[in-house]
Amino acid sequence: MSVNLTLLTVMGALYACGIYLILERSLTRVLLGLMLLANATNLLLLATGGYAGLAPMYSKDTAAGEYNDPLPQALILTSIVISFAVTAFMLGIIYRTWVLAREDEIQDDAEDRRVAKTPSFDLEDDSVIPVETSEFPLTMLGSDGQSVSDVPDGAEATVKVAGRKLDAGEAASEEQPGSLNVTPPKEGGGQ
Amino acid sequence: MNIASFAPLAVLLPILGAALTFLLIRHSRAQRTVSIALLSLTLLLECWLLASVWNGGTAAVNIGGWLPPWGIVMVVDQFSSLMLVVSSSVSLAVLIYATGQGMADGDRDAPVSIFHPTYLILVAGVSNAFLSGDLFNLYVGFEILLTASYVLMTLGGTGPRIRAGVTYVVVSVVSSVLFLIAIAMIYGATGTINMADLAIKLADLDQGTQNLLHVMLLVAFGIKAAIFPLSFWLPDSYPTAPAPVTAVFAGLLTKVGVYAIVRTETLLFPGDTFNTPLMVAALLTMIVGILGALAQSDIKRLLSFTLVSHIGYMVFGLAMSSVAGLGAAVFYVAHHITIQTSLFLVTGLIERRGGSSSMDRVAGLAKLSPMLAVLFFVPAMNLAGIPPFSGFLGKLGLLQAGVQLGTPLAYALVIGGVLTSLLTLLAIARVWNRAFWRKPEDAEHPDPVLLAAPEDSATGDRAGKTNVTLLPRTMVGSTLGLVIFGVGLTIFAGPLFKVADQSAVDMLDRTSYIQAVLGQDAPVPAIAQPEPRVVSK
Repeated sequence: MSVNLTLLTVMGALYACGIYLILERSLTRVLLGLMLLANATNLLLLATGGYAGLAPMYSKDTAAGEYNDPLPQALILTSIVISFAVTAFMLGIIYRTWVLAREDEIQDDAEDRRVAKTPSFDLEDDSVIPVETSEFPLTMLGSDGQSVSDVPDGAEATVKVAGRKLDAGEAASEEQPGSLNVTPPKEGGGQ
Repeated sequence: MNIASFAPLAVLLPILGAALTFLLIRHSRAQRTVSIALLSLTLLLECWLLASVWNGGTAAVNIGGWLPPWGIVMVVDQFSSLMLVVSSSVSLAVLIYATGQGMADGDRDAPVSIFHPTYLILVAGVSNAFLSGDLFNLYVGFEILLTASYVLMTLGGTGPRIRAGVTYVVVSVVSSVLFLIAIAMIYGATGTINMADLAIKLADLDQGTQNLLHVMLLVAFGIKAAIFPLSFWLPDSYPTAPAPVTAVFAGLLTKVGVYAIVRTETLLFPGDTFNTPLMVAALLTMIVGILGALAQSDIKRLLSFTLVSHIGYMVFGLAMSSVAGLGAAVFYVAHHITIQTSLFLVTGLIERRGGSSSMDRVAGLAKLSPMLAVLFFVPAMNLAGIPPFSGFLGKLGLLQAGVQLGTPLAYALVIGGVLTSLLTLLAIARVWNRAFWRKPEDAEHPDPVLLAAPEDSATGDRAGKTNVTLLPRTMVGSTLGLVIFGVGLTIFAGPLFKVADQSAVDMLDRTSYIQAVLGQDAPVPAIAQPEPRVVSK
C-alpha cells in the first residue's frame, strides 16, 4: 500500500495542535482541540485507503486495483457526522457554562476539594476511648476519669482539657474551628 | 430459522420508541406508555434470543444482505445475549423508576419530555455495542450510547451537572478518537474491520504491529471501562447526574467497555501477551478504587468509587484467559450490573427520604423507613460479597481461578481481591452505621426532614405538610424488583455459571464465532497456547 506524504504531514500537524489545545483549561480551546483531533483521524482513515483511484463503480474494462477503496470514505462520512453532533453539543455546554459561571474555564469539583481537605481524624471513629480501670464502671465523660455521677444536680458537666476547664458540650465539638478549646490569638499582632 | 435475523430488532425497537416518544413530546402519559411498552418488548425478544443460544451456539446475520467481510454483521452468542438480557432488565427497572420520579415531582426538576427519547437511544446504543460483529459498528454503538449519555448527564443544565458534563464529554471524545485511530490503523494493516475476519488476519501481522494495535484498543476501552489509571473521570462526573441516570450509567456504560475488552482479548488478540499488565491494572483498580471509596462522605461518590474498584475484579477474570477466570468474569459482569444499579436507585430513594445523600446529613433511616433499610442492606451485602449472595459466588469463582493459575501475580490478585472485598464491607458498613443506624440527633448536620419525624413512617408520607410523595410506590416498586432480580441471580447462580463457563469456552475457542460469521469452511488459526477445554461445574 502506498501512502500520500502530504496527507500524513498535515495529519501529524493537526494531531500535534489538537493535543496541545485539549491540554488547555479554556473550554473553547479544548473544543477546537477536539475538532482538530477528529479531523486528523479522518485524514488517517483516508490515508488507509491508499492512493486516489477511479470511482468505485463497476465497469468491465477496469482492473480491480485501479478502483479507489470506498470503505474508508464511508467510515469518514460516519465519523464526520458524529463529530459534528458532538461539537454542536459541546458548544451548547460551553455557552451554558458561560451563562452560569461567566467563565470559559473548566471548573473545579467542590466536593473533591472538600474531601481532599478533610483531616484524617474522624471524631466518631478515631477519638480516644477512655480506658476503664475502675472496678465500678461509670459512664465516662473525659479521659481523666471524671464521670457524670460526680456532678451534683444542677451543676454543669465540665471536662479538663489542656489545663482549662471546659463545658462538656463544647469539648465534644472541639474539632470545630473557632472552639473555646483553642487559645484565641492576641489581637493586634502581639503588641 | 436463523434466530440472529431478529437481533437487529433489539436495536431498532428502542430507536423506533425514541422516534415515537419524540413525536409525543407534549403527551407525557402516552410517552411513558410507549417507552415502557417498547422496552418490555425488547426485553422479551432478548430473553428469547438468550433462550435460543442457552445451550451454546452462535448465530450471525448480515445487515442488508452484504456478505460478511465487507458488510456489517450482528452476532448473537451466549455472552452477548446474556449481556443484552441483563442490561435491558436493568434499563427497564430504571425507566419505571424514572417515570415514577417524574410523576411524583410533577416533572419540575428536569425536562422529562427529553428524557424518554434520549434514554431509549442510550439503550439502542448499548444493544448495538453488544451485538456488533464489526469493529466500526461497535464504534458507532459506543457513539450512540455516549451521545445519549452526554444529554442525560447534563439534564436540566444546572451548574454542577454542566461542570461534570464537560469533563465527561471531553474524556469520552478523547477515548472515542483513540478507538477510531485504532480502527483506522487496523484497517490499514489488514484491510478489514469485520471482527471474525480480523481474528484470522491479525495473527499474520508481525508481533510489534499486533502489540501496537492491541494496546491502542485496550487504552480506548480502558477509559470507557474506568480501569485504574484511566478511571479518574468517573467519580468526578457520575454523582451529579439525576439518580436514575447515574444508576443506569453505573450499571451499563462501564460494562460495555468491559465487554469490548473481553472481545478484544479473546477474539482479536488471543493468547497472553498483555495478561501481566492487565493483571497489575486490575490489582491497582481494585485497591485504589476502594481506598477512594473509604475517604468519601457522600454516598453517591462512595458508590462511584466502589464501581471503579469492582471493575478490577472483571479485568482480573478476563486477564487470566482461562475458562474458569473468563467464566467467573462473565458471571461477575451480570451480577455487578444489577447490584450497582440497585444501590444507586436506593441512594436516589435515600436522597428523597433523607433530603441528602451526604452521610453527614442523613441519619436514622432504619427507623424512619425500614423498607428502605432492607432495600439498601440486601444489595450492599451482595456487593461486599457476603456468602449466600451472587457477589460471593462471583468472587469465589475468580479467586478459585486465580489459585488454579498459581503464578505469584495471580496470588497477589487473590489477596488483593479478598482485601478489596473486606474494604468494600467496611465502606458499606460506614454508610449503614451513619445513614441508617445512627440517631438523627447524632448527625453532624442533620437534615430538618429527619428531625421532624412523620406520623406515617411506613409509607413516608408526611400527611398534610407537602404534596410531594417522599417514597412513591413506583420508585420503591422498581427498586424492589431490581433487588429481587439481584437475589434471583443468586438463586439461579448454578445454571448461570454453567452458561458463563460455556460462553468462556466458546470465546477462547473462537471456532463457533468465526464459522458463524464467515461460513463453515473458514480457517480458524490455532492459538499459541491452547486452553484446556474443561467446563468446571
